[in-house]
Amino acid sequence: MLKFTEDHEWIEYVDGIATVGITDYAQQALGDVVFVELPEVGATYSKGDEAAVVESVKAASEVYAPLSGEIKAVNHDLEGTPALVNSAAMDAGWFFKMKLEDEGELDDLMDEDAYNEFLASLD
Amino acid sequence: MSMNSEGRPTTPNAVTTDEHKYESFSGHVGLRLAEPLIFEIGSKDRTGVDVEEIDGFVSNLGALERTGGTGCPGLAEPDVVRHYTRLSRRNYGIDMGVFPLGSCTMKHNPRLNEKMARLPGFGDIHPLQPQSTVQGALGLMEELSHWLMELTGMPAVALSPKAGAHGELCGIMAIRKALEARGDAREVILCPESAHGTNPATAAFCGYKVKSIPAKENGRVDIEALKAALDDTVAAVMVTNPNTCGLFENEVREIADAIHAAGALFYCDGANFNAIVGKARPGDLGVDAMHINLHKTFSTPHGGGGPGSGPVVFSDRLKDHVPLPFVVKTTEGLVLKEHEDGDNDPSFGRLVAFHGQMGMYVRALSYMLSHGVDGCRQASEDAVLNANYIKACLDDLMTVSFEGPCMHEVLFDDEFLKGTGVTTLDFAKAMIDEGYHPMTMYFPLVVHGAMLVEPTESESKYNLDQFIRSMRGLAAAAKAGETERFTGAPYFAPWKRLDETQAARNPVLRWSPEAEAAE
Repeated sequence: MLKFTEDHEWIEYVDGIATVGITDYAQQALGDVVFVELPEVGATYSKGDEAAVVESVKAASEVYAPLSGEIKAVNHDLEGTPALVNSAAMDAGWFFKMKLEDEGELDDLMDEDAYNEFLASLD
Repeated sequence: MSMNSEGRPTTPNAVTTDEHKYESFSGHVGLRLAEPLIFEIGSKDRTGVDVEEIDGFVSNLGALERTGGTGCPGLAEPDVVRHYTRLSRRNYGIDMGVFPLGSCTMKHNPRLNEKMARLPGFGDIHPLQPQSTVQGALGLMEELSHWLMELTGMPAVALSPKAGAHGELCGIMAIRKALEARGDAREVILCPESAHGTNPATAAFCGYKVKSIPAKENGRVDIEALKAALDDTVAAVMVTNPNTCGLFENEVREIADAIHAAGALFYCDGANFNAIVGKARPGDLGVDAMHINLHKTFSTPHGGGGPGSGPVVFSDRLKDHVPLPFVVKTTEGLVLKEHEDGDNDPSFGRLVAFHGQMGMYVRALSYMLSHGVDGCRQASEDAVLNANYIKACLDDLMTVSFEGPCMHEVLFDDEFLKGTGVTTLDFAKAMIDEGYHPMTMYFPLVVHGAMLVEPTESESKYNLDQFIRSMRGLAAAAKAGETERFTGAPYFAPWKRLDETQAARNPVLRWSPEAEAAE
């Protein structure tokens, strides 16, 4: 199941684990990503908490926990190769994986069609 | 040629022009001299100073004795002077030309300040001298404190913070001390989107959880969202006023009342105080703590010419918690109170090793006394007038982000560049070709492709008109499709477009000799 937030994060939910990254739109808006700060494995976040930081040549932005839960894994590849966020935002450029506290929170997020509509409304 | 994701070459100087017909034999370009790093012009085999070998010298250092060289370049004074003079000619500062760097307030540094700071009684003293021998300097600190409190309408001040962000740290530490003293330690600090980036950084550094408050359509704090976020976990709200959109937070009194009603404290980032000196007093606006960047408001040198200095003024709610040291009057003259009175002293302690930047205190007071209150007020009025003049003259070609008059800086966004293939970054680089230091770009984040222009109040109409002509010319060129003029800029600078992506991803921060670098 693929979901999106208004902060331009994507969430892929498989077998109780949510993989989180930023969308292609977000990486384009940010420009060349030069640094990513990831959360600690084991840390717990409530929905909306600042969980990671992504820094580009233009700006530093927070990545918010789109759902409540515990961090199970982080993408260490981003530490050495932050460019992955640009080249493969929706794939190898994932940020972290969370075990969800409440699957119901997924219902509040947008599906792909709704997100595309949301993007269209921004221009 | 490899390109980054924005379609720019990833190697520096990849864009070339036919600027020069011949290459010089020396590597210099006319009187624009090529200058290597000082380590590269130095030599281990030479020395600028001859020190005689001492007969019968015995070292007591034992195993701690240095075995290799110091790595210092062996250069004589004339070489060192030339090196730094050559580099300084590459520099661009407020003494060179218009410096419209928004949010930074690049002020002219009157030479009178420099003369005063070099008086032996101020310039040649030492922080460890007996206080009885520096009564004049302590008196100057007291007088400066008086004027800072007078201009801000606040009853207490800490002079020692070394810069704006350090002042924020000082203010938030005082707030924490005050809350802890009343047995009500709280954990959240609210920062509006229109605040300076250092504000949330300071709050996080002090161990607080930061929550962001959105900006309204008109570029100001969303007071309803602020009120909704205020509860008994909120220690303080940090508001920059005037804010980073160059706008006065006109609901500041209501903001202050809401903060105080929730039992929280109001920190104001005073970096933009230059826009309101003599016009509004933060104390009257309900502010509890505010830093004043002496280098932004009271004309002490800024940037590399610093050091900075960021005194903090405090309201009645915080005045007992100011850090040490501070000047007190006693029957035996002025004394720096340096130590806490036991464990229950309300001060949050000592912030810096000594008392702060004496040289900056002298320059700031020199500016205040030579301008007077009316002169300081006029400087603020001129700063606002200049920004509005630029805004009015560029309004038709560029896009001003927020309607209505601005304060000391005017915010444009990149809407006018839409479809031209020119980005804010390209536009800024083209300004270098025009002989200007670019404006602040991509900040604040509340608008797309921000360009924040802050003209110094001392710029003449002639200088402003020249700047405006350049900006109009560039905006028109971008719209006329002269894209290359921008995407390849700067063409005329000593270094062409640098690869900022590589610089950030693989920074080389330390010079290494070639042999070591090869390892």
